[in-house]
Amino acid sequence: MRTPDEALAVEGVSHSYGLRDCSFTVRRGAVVALLGRNGAGKTTVLRAVAGLLRPYGGRVLIFGEPVERGLARIGYVGQQAALYPMLTVAQTLRLGARLNPRWDRAHAISLLGVGGLRATARVGSLSVGQRTRLALVLALGKRPDLLVLDEPLAGLDPVARTELIGALMADVADRGTTVLMSSHVVAEIEGVCDHVVVLGDGRVRLAAEIEPALDQHRVAAGPVRDLGVLDDHGVIELRRDGDEFTALVRAVAPLAGPVTWHRPTLDELLLAYLRAGVPQPIDEVTPA
Amino acid sequence: MIVFRVDRRSGTAVYAQLVRQVQQAVRTGRLAPGDRLPTAREVAERAGINPNTVLRAYRDLEVAGLVEPRQGSGTFVRAGLARPAADLDGLRAELAEWFERARTAGLEPADIHALIADVGESHANA
Repeated sequence: MRTPDEALAVEGVSHSYGLRDCSFTVRRGAVVALLGRNGAGKTTVLRAVAGLLRPYGGRVLIFGEPVERGLARIGYVGQQAALYPMLTVAQTLRLGARLNPRWDRAHAISLLGVGGLRATARVGSLSVGQRTRLALVLALGKRPDLLVLDEPLAGLDPVARTELIGALMADVADRGTTVLMSSHVVAEIEGVCDHVVVLGDGRVRLAAEIEPALDQHRVAAGPVRDLGVLDDHGVIELRRDGDEFTALVRAVAPLAGPVTWHRPTLDELLLAYLRAGVPQPIDEVTPA
Repeated sequence: MIVFRVDRRSGTAVYAQLVRQVQQAVRTGRLAPGDRLPTAREVAERAGINPNTVLRAYRDLEVAGLVEPRQGSGTFVRAGLARPAADLDGLRAELAEWFERARTAGLEPADIHALIADVGESHANA
């Protein structure tokens, strides 16, 4: 069902590289982390969302419209920033102004200043961090309603990371921008993203708001002979170590028996979903 | 104004870290009644944190009675929480001296914090 506060709907998107029937929605103003192991299809999903790739099956809606009609509202920063090394920073921004009807020159220039980018510097002479910064300035200068970022922090030093995320979060605070960003570093998500989508085997394994998801899961640990207490709960991931097991389950009630349980940390939740196969009954899970 | 330091690898949720840092600053007097907390936007930009995470921390602090939002002007530390009777400056100076001694004796910061937590715990249980 369409709701007016929906920024993005990915509906049954399939493609080569093993992406099968991938569906999730993102509501306006959400900051969403897209996670998955290498080859899970994160980049394919992001490129489909940004309108750069037409999926073999399914469709993408941006603010209720087919993605082709929403391109002006999307800012995209890919892994290899699409910049021309021969141009200067100033020329790059002029190009941005020519290509984007909603271009906000004053905003772009103020963002440059924060990042310490000189207008006369050639793009080819910039560091990785500066180039990513410039790509983000181009994306934010469009005044996008939806920002799509493919591993924006990869290759950046900690100072550049904080600066970049700072610029991003300021935009979220000012304009309520919706953000979809891929990452495979769980620590980058904490305190930045409020929603998460985990891809695995070409499908969506988890699409949820982070805090409620943490409330709805438990990490259980105990002796293997008491595995039966998990029977009535959805087991996401189960690992055995000798006579002991650790499991992530969908449960809120205390589990019976000599089994300890606690609310997962974000790390525990995401790692379990990243490691897990498609959820299976307990007796089919092979010990790690 | 308080400057938040966020450790994303600590395993503690970021909003909980913000809450703890304000509590600590109020307890030690670094934040006094009437002091303004930075806006969610300021923290978002400086520390790279989702503004909603900051607002959530501020809500928790408000529920705990530590801060109050004032329409249009920000979030402020509430009056009546300071402990003027305590000789905070004196105690701080003594502790700083003790820290220096511990470092000279070869203790690492982690050793010192463990020692303080340990002594604190046995006092609380006494």
